Amino acid sequence: MIGAVSATATSRNGHSTNPVGDGRLHQDEPADRPQASLPGRLLRGLADQVSRRVPTADLDERDPDYIREALPGLWLLCSLYFRGEVRGLGNIPEDGPVLLVGNHSGGNLSPDTTVFTLAFTAYFGVERRFYQLAHNLVLSMPGLGFLRRFGTVAASPENAEKALRSGAAVLVYPGGDHEVHRPSWQSGRVDFAGRRGFIRLALEHDVPIVPVVAIGGQETALFLSRGESLSRLLGLDRLLRLKVLPISLALPWGVNVGDFLGHLPLPAKITIEALAPIHLREELGPDPDVDEAYAHVLRVMQEALDALAAERRLPVLG
Amino acid sequence: MRVGAQIEIAAPPDAVWELISDPSRYLHFMAGITRWEVADDGTRGLGARYRMLMRVGSAEIGGLIEIVESDEGRDLAWTSVTGIDQRGRWRLRERPGGRTRVELRLAYGVAGSGILGWLAEHVGAPTVRGHLRRSLQQLKRQVEHEQLRRQAAQRRSAREVSAAGPSAAGGTSNGS
Repeated sequence: MIGAVSATATSRNGHSTNPVGDGRLHQDEPADRPQASLPGRLLRGLADQVSRRVPTADLDERDPDYIREALPGLWLLCSLYFRGEVRGLGNIPEDGPVLLVGNHSGGNLSPDTTVFTLAFTAYFGVERRFYQLAHNLVLSMPGLGFLRRFGTVAASPENAEKALRSGAAVLVYPGGDHEVHRPSWQSGRVDFAGRRGFIRLALEHDVPIVPVVAIGGQETALFLSRGESLSRLLGLDRLLRLKVLPISLALPWGVNVGDFLGHLPLPAKITIEALAPIHLREELGPDPDVDEAYAHVLRVMQEALDALAAERRLPVLG
Repeated sequence: MRVGAQIEIAAPPDAVWELISDPSRYLHFMAGITRWEVADDGTRGLGARYRMLMRVGSAEIGGLIEIVESDEGRDLAWTSVTGIDQRGRWRLRERPGGRTRVELRLAYGVAGSGILGWLAEHVGAPTVRGHLRRSLQQLKRQVEHEQLRRQAAQRRSAREVSAAGPSAAGGTSNGS
């Protein structure tokens, strides 16, 4: 299936238009209906801009010296503002490729990723190759270029394969934009929207999956709705790969639609736990069923998240 | 940022040295250490490498360190090879009455990290200092405890020798 995904239409920068976790999007791709209206043309222009700005093979942009020098600032942010707590880093294999699979929270400014990147890099050292797969929009956002130096690459099967083949640890959030904008009251739920690409990736490269379960991100604002129908109405799903147009109450905007400019996250306590590695072939036989493996990983993560949720006493304060 | 702590231990420097020069015993007295591992083939003293991490704030900070100075019973110093920049030193000095003054120093930082680095070093300092202080207290407890046991063992064997003395002497006289 990975092969099939990589073979789907690629944009001019060589990226597949499919995120790693999603094999469904291209089903309605040939519908390249003309958009004559002005908003339609504007959106298309924006979409072109976005795809032009996303770099092709950006694995080389990761800069250990830059990360090292940025760590103290990250440490201040994570320790003082988010009171981050990361457990179980010892569960991550010492070396070799590994697929870190996280649940994603906190809107477009996800504090989980920041806290985990700091903890991982401090623990294993900047020398260990570590890439994070992110949405195209994140990477093409002006002002977020520094993320590439941290090892953030566009979420495409090509980049994931390249990174794993180079022996790196790769962090993926299969839930992506769907999960990150779930309503705040679903904070304790792992929701990958059925995206199984990460399972295929792990099987194809025979790498262990280390689930990384986080709680707290969904309390950095009051997330109300994903706004999926709004996104469909405006055609954003096809143009920008955005299936959501989230609506939240967030600082400093009040009502925040789209979250394109980000927001000021509330200082919610972020707790993250890396779980024991899952070797799919060892646990489910030599030829595991993708759906079974997906259900297995999801169940393990949901149980861990339930435990983290049970520990929490108050929202934001933790 | 440089932090340090000192303490006086009621034992001679050799007794303290025995603990601090033995990597397998670090986890018994070092506070805040989340990871301690002998990184090479287990050589001791000069050139030995260890991987250490200490919990400070929301990260475990440290890296690979190497022993760069080992003056038996007096000084043991290390610097970082990877990870955060650090220089550390155990300094043992004999005090009258078979006591030892132990100083643990640690200078750390991230070169090139600018004002945020400076700030982070200072914000983290109380935690690091607390870890060092607790480490010294635990070291003191452990060394003094061992010292007491050693002395008690000596007294016991002395008593046994003196108690067994006459009967042993009688035994030999009987036998002859």
